[in-house]
Amino acid sequence: MFKILQKTFSVGTATADYPRIAPRVAEQFRGCPEFDFAAWNDARPAAEACPTGAIALIDSEGLRQVIVDYGRCIFCGECAETSADEAVRMTHQFELAVTDRRDLVLTAEYTLYPDGSHAALLSATSGPGMEETGKRIEAAIHNLLGRSLSIRQVDAGSCNGCEQEIVALNNPVYDIERFGIHFVASPRHADMLLVTGPVTRNMELALRKTWVATPEPKVVAAVGACGISGGIFGTNYASLGGVDAVIPVDVYIPGCPPRPEALLHGILLALGLARRGGM
Amino acid sequence: MKSFSKELRERFPEQVLSVEESVSGQVTVLLNNSDATAITRHFLTERQARLVTVFAEDRVKAEGVFYNYYVFDRLGDPSWVILKAPISKDHPSFPSLAAELPSVNWQEREIQDWFGLEAAGHPNPRRVALHDNWPDVHPLRKDFPLDTVLPAFEGERHVYRPTLGEGVFQIPVGPVHAGIIEPGHFNFAVAGEPILYLQLRMFYTHKGTEKLFENLPIPRAVFLAESISGDSAFSHGAAFCQAIERAAEIEVPQRAQFMRATLLELERIANHIGDAGAIANDVGFVIANAHAGRVRELVLGLNETLTGSRVLRGMVAIGGVRRDWQRDQIEAIEKTLAVVEREFRDLTAILQSSNSTRERLERTGILRPEKAAMLGVVGVAGRASGVDLDVRRDHPYEAYRHLPFRVPVYQAGDVRHRLQVRIDEVGESLRIIRAAVAQLPGGPHRAPRQPIPPGRCALSAVEGWRGEIIHWVRTGENNRLERCKVKDPSINNWPAIVETMEGNIVADFPVINKSFNLSYSGTDR
Repeated sequence: MFKILQKTFSVGTATADYPRIAPRVAEQFRGCPEFDFAAWNDARPAAEACPTGAIALIDSEGLRQVIVDYGRCIFCGECAETSADEAVRMTHQFELAVTDRRDLVLTAEYTLYPDGSHAALLSATSGPGMEETGKRIEAAIHNLLGRSLSIRQVDAGSCNGCEQEIVALNNPVYDIERFGIHFVASPRHADMLLVTGPVTRNMELALRKTWVATPEPKVVAAVGACGISGGIFGTNYASLGGVDAVIPVDVYIPGCPPRPEALLHGILLALGLARRGGM
Repeated sequence: MKSFSKELRERFPEQVLSVEESVSGQVTVLLNNSDATAITRHFLTERQARLVTVFAEDRVKAEGVFYNYYVFDRLGDPSWVILKAPISKDHPSFPSLAAELPSVNWQEREIQDWFGLEAAGHPNPRRVALHDNWPDVHPLRKDFPLDTVLPAFEGERHVYRPTLGEGVFQIPVGPVHAGIIEPGHFNFAVAGEPILYLQLRMFYTHKGTEKLFENLPIPRAVFLAESISGDSAFSHGAAFCQAIERAAEIEVPQRAQFMRATLLELERIANHIGDAGAIANDVGFVIANAHAGRVRELVLGLNETLTGSRVLRGMVAIGGVRRDWQRDQIEAIEKTLAVVEREFRDLTAILQSSNSTRERLERTGILRPEKAAMLGVVGVAGRASGVDLDVRRDHPYEAYRHLPFRVPVYQAGDVRHRLQVRIDEVGESLRIIRAAVAQLPGGPHRAPRQPIPPGRCALSAVEGWRGEIIHWVRTGENNRLERCKVKDPSINNWPAIVETMEGNIVADFPVINKSFNLSYSGTDR
């Protein structure tokens, strides 16, 4: 007993003070890719290399649409690797959670030449509404002490990658309970469902039942590329794709898997929603 | 090889059509019919071999038949023997081995479900990989498109063995569990607290992975391999790449081999530390879990420094690894491991200091060695029950033939010894990594990229942190795959959990389950 106490005291505080202080990440850490659409001369190698179809090209006569979907991105870095120009680069950005699925999708339009190359950016949408998200979260944390949040985690078919990082939220480094947030054993005790995917055909019914068993008002967060879009699995005979193919989703948290701070960011965003919902 | 080929032809002159060694160390024996029973019996009894896996392939369009493959190995012999048994498309049936060999029970039923080939004489031929309420489809047949939209389910139809008698009842648990874990269904039959028996139902996370492999260009398929079982992303990724490299005869640069070994061991360390904490947590020793979680974070941070990902994703590639290491990254390895070693020693001391914890772990969830051998249990769970197997030693790959390590084996088979195997292995992994870093050769970290020739087959095995991971591939045209078979160690080990229930109470199930810590996604794919 003495040994245990001694060890615990000697360690001191292990908890990192995210989100007040930005997390220390390795220089090599890969967050989401960033695209300089105006400087991007050829999107084909990146689209070809992207394992999940997060970068897609739609060519019609004289027009090329490049669609970048952060909801499919697994942050592998292949797009930056294969793009000869510096137009695509990997960043440390991971706070990507949004409430509107469309905010994860960027579109750029180019003039398409007959040889398959393109030039002259015609138009591009801006990145996910990250700044706005940041403000919302600040507000949510500001009011935090007034209320706690109970989360039921549901694995609707994931590879267990996201679960590892969700489990890590409970370790002393992330210590999610410091926000009054805790994981509960039953959907009947939950305010929020934290769902990973892709939703398999064999889990569809269980997911629906879990959602029905969660009392109103409730919030659903879809976690990871697979939870948002089906990720590398997409939709197939055994996979229905993202969580919103089965139940309504309020918050989308990109990543593969999202690092614990990214999950926390998304959960705090959802907390803001939950509060507005009168919980 | 020559004597083996001769012996086999003499012994089974009618049945053996050819014996070939197309990939070094992998001997394929082509049979003239679907009945592998006699040769299997011969291998198991007279050659002391082990049936590693059985799987099927649809070659109807190319060759007019299906094939079943039976993979064997033998302690002390680094080569693999693969029986290849043709199955007629007009009579889609093969003799089941499950009655004699319980280790193939689920695998034969997978073949039934996915290929529509009947395992004739199987003692329990019910569906396993496709749930009971699926329509009559066989997704791994070539004439079944990946994106087939199936009709909606009509309710649950699985019937569990009933629990009858006074004072006995059933406790259904899952697929959505109380903890943050993957989905599966456990149906306990209990008499008060003691468990009478447990029925498992898996494959809730079946997501068409093996079919999807046939629909992706090979470089992209590497990322799919990383998503077979998320806690073994690097091991499965490396197993897949190694299969392709063997098939295409790509030589992986020495430097990459040592880097891969380092990362494989880091994956083992991170998971073993996490499990040590989780086992303590499940017997109420929360503070030990808190320390374990903290120490595990040190390893995940190192992973990020070395690969850009806390869970080692996006690093392994066909022909090597995607990114080289600079000196500061290599220095970070020793610096971090020194802290991890010290902290893990303290954690182990804390774990062992508590009598009440030891009390809960000892003689709990015993898997007897003879049952473990019969069920083909592998990996950590096997080594705690006398099954002395380790792919790193038995079929050396990557840099392992140059690296020193011992394989801990115990006979007791209880939770405490599954924990002890992990504790020992963390120490061994630290040794391996230090030796790998000390010997890290210079040169390229990746072989030049090249198209993969079609029509090549190869087997690959990696000792993941959980145990033996097998990948088998047949390459196709246009840099794609005709078939990729994936076997996670969990598929052998799940049925073993059922065997450990006897004499235990429901309250001990979580810690027993955690001491195996099997992959649902790796099983279900």
